[in-house]
Amino acid sequence: MGGPEIDRLIGLLAKLPGLGPRSARRAALKMLQQPDTRMLPLASALAEAARAVKPCASCGNLDSRDPCFICADLHRDRTTICVVESVGDLWALERASVHRGLYHILGGTLSALAGISPDDLNIPPLLARAGDGTVREVILALGATVDGATTMHWLADRLRPLGVNVTRIAQGMPMGGALDVLDDGTLAAALRARRPS
Amino acid sequence: MSEAAARRLLRLTLTDFRNYPALLWRPETAISVIVGPNGSGKTNLLEAASLLVPGRGLRGARVADLLRQGASGAGDWAVAGRFAGPDGEFDIGTGTLPEGSPDAQANRRVFRLNGAPPRSQAEIASLLAAIWLTPQMERLFQEAASGRRRFLDRLVFALEPGHAREVASYEAAMANRNRLLAEARGDPAWLAGLEDGMARHGVAASAARAGLVARLNAALAEGVAAPFPAAYMTLICPIAEQLRAAPALEVEEWLRDGLAGGRAQDRQAGAARLGAHRADMGLADAASGIPAQLASTGQQKALLIGVVLGHAALIATARGAPPMLLLDEPAVHLDADHRAALCAALRRLGGPTLVTGTDAEAYAGLRDEAGFWACAASGLEPLAA
Repeated sequence: MGGPEIDRLIGLLAKLPGLGPRSARRAALKMLQQPDTRMLPLASALAEAARAVKPCASCGNLDSRDPCFICADLHRDRTTICVVESVGDLWALERASVHRGLYHILGGTLSALAGISPDDLNIPPLLARAGDGTVREVILALGATVDGATTMHWLADRLRPLGVNVTRIAQGMPMGGALDVLDDGTLAAALRARRPS
Repeated sequence: MSEAAARRLLRLTLTDFRNYPALLWRPETAISVIVGPNGSGKTNLLEAASLLVPGRGLRGARVADLLRQGASGAGDWAVAGRFAGPDGEFDIGTGTLPEGSPDAQANRRVFRLNGAPPRSQAEIASLLAAIWLTPQMERLFQEAASGRRRFLDRLVFALEPGHAREVASYEAAMANRNRLLAEARGDPAWLAGLEDGMARHGVAASAARAGLVARLNAALAEGVAAPFPAAYMTLICPIAEQLRAAPALEVEEWLRDGLAGGRAQDRQAGAARLGAHRADMGLADAASGIPAQLASTGQQKALLIGVVLGHAALIATARGAPPMLLLDEPAVHLDADHRAALCAALRRLGGPTLVTGTDAEAYAGLRDEAGFWACAASGLEPLAA
């Protein structure tokens, strides 16, 4: 189909999350039909981002500045660090504008089966930050999966001796949810995480 | 729990499924008896119906294996059922999508509800429950405890869909702990995190199993499977025993401590010696007390049928309508009295029921109510009385 250049373009596009062979073909065709307005600007944006964007040495966030715009923002609450698994999770929390403190990107969760040990995660910088005397609270905001729960357990064990308050995000009732449609596991988690009202 | 539930199967269509290139079948009665020689496709038909609910169906087959050998075209199979419910008719379809379809994934089957993707598989499960009995289950009491545990867990899933997630989470935490112990990476905090997960999910799963066993025994004692003889189920599980005496949070603590204290031994054994994965299920005849292991083949079969009938009645009570019952060769090994009792119990339950056999005579007790069909690769033909 149209020579090796097009095949290679489609093959690379198809490897991106959310795209398959079919949608990659559509995207490639759209770009090829409008090279000046769609393809060349995209190519230069890709090259520019690949050159400039790096993980922040402090928190692991992706930004063209280091420290990243969040770590550099003096208006943010520097006594609180929210630990998330990936940059996507940071983006989700920033979209919601609910966390005014700093972040720390772990880069994964512990999984013996997948061969991911504490050494493979972005943990030593977190322990250094948590122990620097400024930080008073570390919020663990990992997913409610087996690996996420295990990792939060492990992190809490390491963070508590540093004298910081270790909390984790709540599990249970969804907003606008009714009790009678919740499954037993979620209901038990919600009851376990009840708080004074 | 949803009030809506299937009362009758009105139509079943199969496309490139197992031995069927194409089948359109319209049962005329709630109960259908499908008769045919070995290899005519009776079990395949039941398997197709079993795939109309989430899960891997009555053979536990891989999605790719369901495609008809030598199927032409795009290489996709489909099964669709039309049911009569309390609020009118509804269609459930399942199968693989052609490559290139928007939500096609290799070796993944999808569902359709009235022609559109359902919000979730739970929506399908709320409309239709199915339980089955196959000849393979007759080996349940000769084989390892894992088979009996799976049998019990399927009974729990049908009433509590959240149980599947608890069991999967428990097993994931345990597999990670086994790996950590085997690799001798002595990170106590990591192990403690996994043991915490095993304790939370293991206690939840054990409580659900114990709850099902208690409800099933209560229903059978009330005679829901009558005139079929009642079975009595026991759960052999130290966690369930603890739960009888202490609240769940205390039992979680007990299990966490037990796992933490057993690390050295578990490392040597290569597996956790304590936990929800060690549970076993026992069955006995409620009247005589004879346990399944000591019973004859026919008695064992009768015990299993008793459980399936009791479970169907339990679902009927919980959801307002009986589940779809798929019974593959249930009359084999049963004496005449048991066969007659089975027919009477099926008539009483009254949900969508598909029964197979090599011999129509075994189901003489259903003669007045059931449709009898001859099964062949070409399709189903009404069987002359």
